[in-house]
Amino acid sequence: MNVVTNNKWIGQRTIRPDGVDKVTGRAAFAADTNMPGMIWGKVLRSPHPHARIKSIDTSKAEALPGVKAVVTARDIVDFPVDKSVMLGIQDMRWMCRNVMAREKALFPGHPIAAVAATSEAIAAKACELIEVDYEVLPWAIEIDDAIKPDAPILHESLKFEGKPSNIAGRLEVKKGDVAEGFKQAEVVVERTFTTRPVHQGYIEPHACLVSVAADNKTTIWSSSQGQFMVRAMTAYLTGFPQSDIRAIPAEIGGGFGGKTIVYLEPLATLLAKKSGRPVKMVMTREEVMRATGPTSGSKSTVKIGAKKDGTIVAAQGTFYLQAGALPGSPIRGAVGCSFSPYDIPHVLSVGFDVLSNRSKVAAYRAPGAPIGAYAVECVLDELAEALKMDPLELRLKNAAKQGTKAAHGPVFPRIGYIETLEAAKAHPHYTAPLGKLQGRGVASGFWFNAGGESSAQVNITEDGNVVVTTGHPDIGGSRAAIANICAELLGIDYRRVSVLIGDTATVGFSNLTGGSRVLFASAMVVTQSTDKIIATLKERAAKIWEIDPEAVKWENGAAHPASPNAGEFPPLTLAELAAKAPAMGGPIGAGVQLNTEGAEGGFGTHICDVEVDTELGIVRVIRYTAVQDVGRAVHPSYVEGQMQGGVAQGIGWALNEEYIYRKDGKVDNPGFLDYRMPVCSDLPMLDTVMVEVPNPKHPQGVKGVGEVPLVPVMAAVANAVHNALGKRFYALPMSPPKVLEELEG
Amino acid sequence: MAKLHVSTTINGEPMEFLCEHSDTMLDALRGPLGLTGSKEGCASGDCGACSITIDDRLICSCLMLAAEAEGHEIRTIEGMAHGEKLHPLQQKFLEMAALQCGICTSGMLVASDALLRKNPRPSEEEVRFWLAGNLCRCTGYDKIVRAVLETAAEMQEQGLKEFCQ
Ligand code: FES
Ligand code: FES
Repeated sequence: MNVVTNNKWIGQRTIRPDGVDKVTGRAAFAADTNMPGMIWGKVLRSPHPHARIKSIDTSKAEALPGVKAVVTARDIVDFPVDKSVMLGIQDMRWMCRNVMAREKALFPGHPIAAVAATSEAIAAKACELIEVDYEVLPWAIEIDDAIKPDAPILHESLKFEGKPSNIAGRLEVKKGDVAEGFKQAEVVVERTFTTRPVHQGYIEPHACLVSVAADNKTTIWSSSQGQFMVRAMTAYLTGFPQSDIRAIPAEIGGGFGGKTIVYLEPLATLLAKKSGRPVKMVMTREEVMRATGPTSGSKSTVKIGAKKDGTIVAAQGTFYLQAGALPGSPIRGAVGCSFSPYDIPHVLSVGFDVLSNRSKVAAYRAPGAPIGAYAVECVLDELAEALKMDPLELRLKNAAKQGTKAAHGPVFPRIGYIETLEAAKAHPHYTAPLGKLQGRGVASGFWFNAGGESSAQVNITEDGNVVVTTGHPDIGGSRAAIANICAELLGIDYRRVSVLIGDTATVGFSNLTGGSRVLFASAMVVTQSTDKIIATLKERAAKIWEIDPEAVKWENGAAHPASPNAGEFPPLTLAELAAKAPAMGGPIGAGVQLNTEGAEGGFGTHICDVEVDTELGIVRVIRYTAVQDVGRAVHPSYVEGQMQGGVAQGIGWALNEEYIYRKDGKVDNPGFLDYRMPVCSDLPMLDTVMVEVPNPKHPQGVKGVGEVPLVPVMAAVANAVHNALGKRFYALPMSPPKVLEELEG
Repeated sequence: MAKLHVSTTINGEPMEFLCEHSDTMLDALRGPLGLTGSKEGCASGDCGACSITIDDRLICSCLMLAAEAEGHEIRTIEGMAHGEKLHPLQQKFLEMAALQCGICTSGMLVASDALLRKNPRPSEEEVRFWLAGNLCRCTGYDKIVRAVLETAAEMQEQGLKEFCQ
C-alpha cells in the first residue's frame, strides 16, 4: 500500500468531532443517562479476603419496602471451573466468579449479592439486611505468601506441577540457548525487582443503566472499552441471546484497559429482568478501588550478559505477576515484550501467573510490558555503568532492527527503534547540565500493538456531507483522527465529516478499544469504505458525462475528467452528485468489515530528569522527554496526548501509587486522597518527539501509539534517581518513606 | 423526613428544587436539576470533576449540601458558554486538545475560569497549584496547563471582558 504524503488533513490538529459536547458538559458519560421508572442497584461486597460462602439469606432484604429485586450467584450462568470457556482473552469460568462470588469470597470487595430498590439509600439498607454465613479462611496477599508451600489455596482445582497451587499458569519464550550464551559473557548483571499493583485510575467510575422488556429485549447504556464486549459478556453471564441485547456505548471517562471487562452490566440486567424496571448502577470510588482493576504487582529477576565491547550475548528473565483472586495476569506482556527492543542471540523469559486474595487484575496500558521493561531497562543501566558505556550507546549497539528475530517470535519488518534512540541522543535534553541532587535516566520500551476485527459504515448525506460510524469507543481522540482521514480521502473540509460510535445494533462487530488498535483498525475499514464511495462517485460522474469511469478522477471533493483526452466537463462535486443520487442508483454509502492484520509493534525511548529532596525523601520529575516511533501521526495532538498521559501514569507508578493493606487483608487507601496519583503540581511539562516511520502495511502508515508510552517510564525514573543519588532502588514505588529509608540506611 | 425546598440561582437563572437533607449539591445538580455536566469522580473532594462556583468561590459540589444553595448564586459548566459562543477557555481547550476522555474537563474549565477571574495572568506554577485539586488521568496535564496560560495571554491582549463580568 502507498503511504499518502502531502496531506491536507492528515497530520493536522483539527477540532475533534465530540469536542464541543465535552467542553460544555453536554456529552453523556455512563452515569449521565436516566429513564422514567428507573430504580437503583447496589452490590453487597465481601468484608473478608477469603471465605467460604455457606449460605446467603436474602429474605429480610426482599421484605424491605422499596426493594424490587435481589440477585446472587444462583442467578448468574455458572461456568464450571474444570472447563475453560474463552471469550476473547477472558475465560468465562473466572469472569462469572468475578462478577459474583460463587463458592467462596476471594477478596474484600468481591460481590456477594445485588439489590435493586426505588432509591440508592433503600438499596444500600437492603444490602445490610442480607445475611451471609461465611467460613473465614486463611488468606494470602503478597506473592511470596501465595507461593510458599503451606499457602492457603484459592482454587483447589488449579494445579501446578501436579499439586494444588496458587500458580495458575506459566509462559515461556525462548531463543537460542541461554546457558551457552552466558558462557560467552564477560560482564553479567543480575538483579531482582518488585513492583506494586497500581490502578488504572480512570476518573469515571463504572456505571450502567439497563432496561429489559417483558420479551427480554434488553438495552444497556454503559461506558466500556467495547460495546460488543459488553453485549457478549452480559449474554454469556445472563443466558440471554446476544441478539436480544443492544449495548449502547456512552462516552467513556477513561479506561486504560480497566474497562475491557464487565462488572455491573450482567447484575443490572438480571435485576432489571426480575424487577421489570430499568436499573441504574454506579460504583463509588471506593468500590472502584477495592473491586476493579488494577494491574499486577510483580517480582522479577533479570540477568543480562555482554561482551566487554557492549554486545549483549544472553538475557534471562523470570517474572512473577499477581493475577489477583482469579487467573489471568498479563504475563504475556512481561515475558514477550521485555527483551524485544534488542537483538540478543540467547534469551529465556519465563512468567508465572500468581493468585492471591486481591481483586482480579484487569488490563492496564501495555499489560505486563512496563513491569518487564522496568527490570530489564534498570539492569541495562547497570550494565552500561559496568561497561563504562553511555546507556543510549549500549542500546544502539544492540538495538533490534528490520530483520531481527524478536525473542517472542516474529522477525521485525522496518521498525523505528533505532530512530528513537538517535533522536533521544540528539535531543538537547540529553546533554543539558544537571544541578545538585539532580539526575538523568533513560529507558526504552516495546509493545506488540494489535489489529483484529473492525467495522465501519460511511454514508453520504443528501446534502453531500459525510457520516462515518465505527464500532470502537473513542477513548482519546480517535474520532478526530478518523475525520482527518475521511476528509483527506474525499478531498473535503474535515468539518463536513461527522464521526459517530455506533451501538451493537447499528454497526458491525468491532473488537475492543485496546491493544493500541483503534486507529490502526478503524482507519483501514474507513479507508476501504471511503474508497468504495469514491468508486461509486466516479461511476456516476462517468455516466453523466458518458465517458468511461476509468477516465474520471476524484480530486478536491469533486469528479474531474482524468485527462484532456477524456473530454472537457466542469467538475461534479460531492454535493452535486449526492443531490443526483435518487435518480442515479440510490443512496451513496459503503460499509466494510475486516479482521485487520499488519499491526506492527511500537518502540519508545524516554529521558527523565529528577531532583531528590533528601530531607523529605521526595523525588520530583523536573524534565521529561518521550521519543516514540508513532508510524504516522494522523492527529498529532492526540498522539502527543497519549504519550504525555502514559508518561504521567508511569511517574505515578514509579513514585507514589500503591495499595496499602491492613492486617485484616483489606485495602486501607481506597480513594484518591491516599492512593496518590500525580496531580498537576507534581509534574513538569512533558515533552514529546514523534518519530514517524510509517507502517508499510497500513494505508496511512498508522502504528498503535497508546500503550508504548507507559512502558519505559518506571525504569527511566529509577535510572534518574540512581544518577542523582548514586543509589539504586529495586522496588517501586520510590515514595518518600522508602527514599528516606534508603538514604538513612 | 419531608424533602427540603431550595430556591437558588443557577447560571443566572432563578431555580427551585427539592432535595433530601443529606443530598449534596452535586446530587441536586445531577438529579432534580438535570445538569449532568458536573461529574462525580470520587464524592470526597479529591478529584475536582464536580467543580462549581458559589458566589464566585470555587468549590467541590460533592462537599456542599444542596440545601446550602438557598439564596446563593451557583455557576456550573453549563453556564460557561454564552449561547453559541464558547468561553475562550473552552475554545482553547478544543484547539489545543486539552482533553482526551473529557470526564475531568468540566471541572478543569470551571476551576481554570475561577483562576483567571482572580489572577488574569498566572504563572505556570500558579496554574499547576491552582489545578492541583483537579485530577486528570489522561493528559498528563501538559496541554491543560498550556491552554490555560495561552487563554490568559489572549484574553488580556483582546480584553475579552464579556466573559469576566
Ligand atoms: S466528585 Fe467532587 S471532588 Fe471528586
Ligand atoms: S481527559 Fe480524561 S481524565 Fe482528563
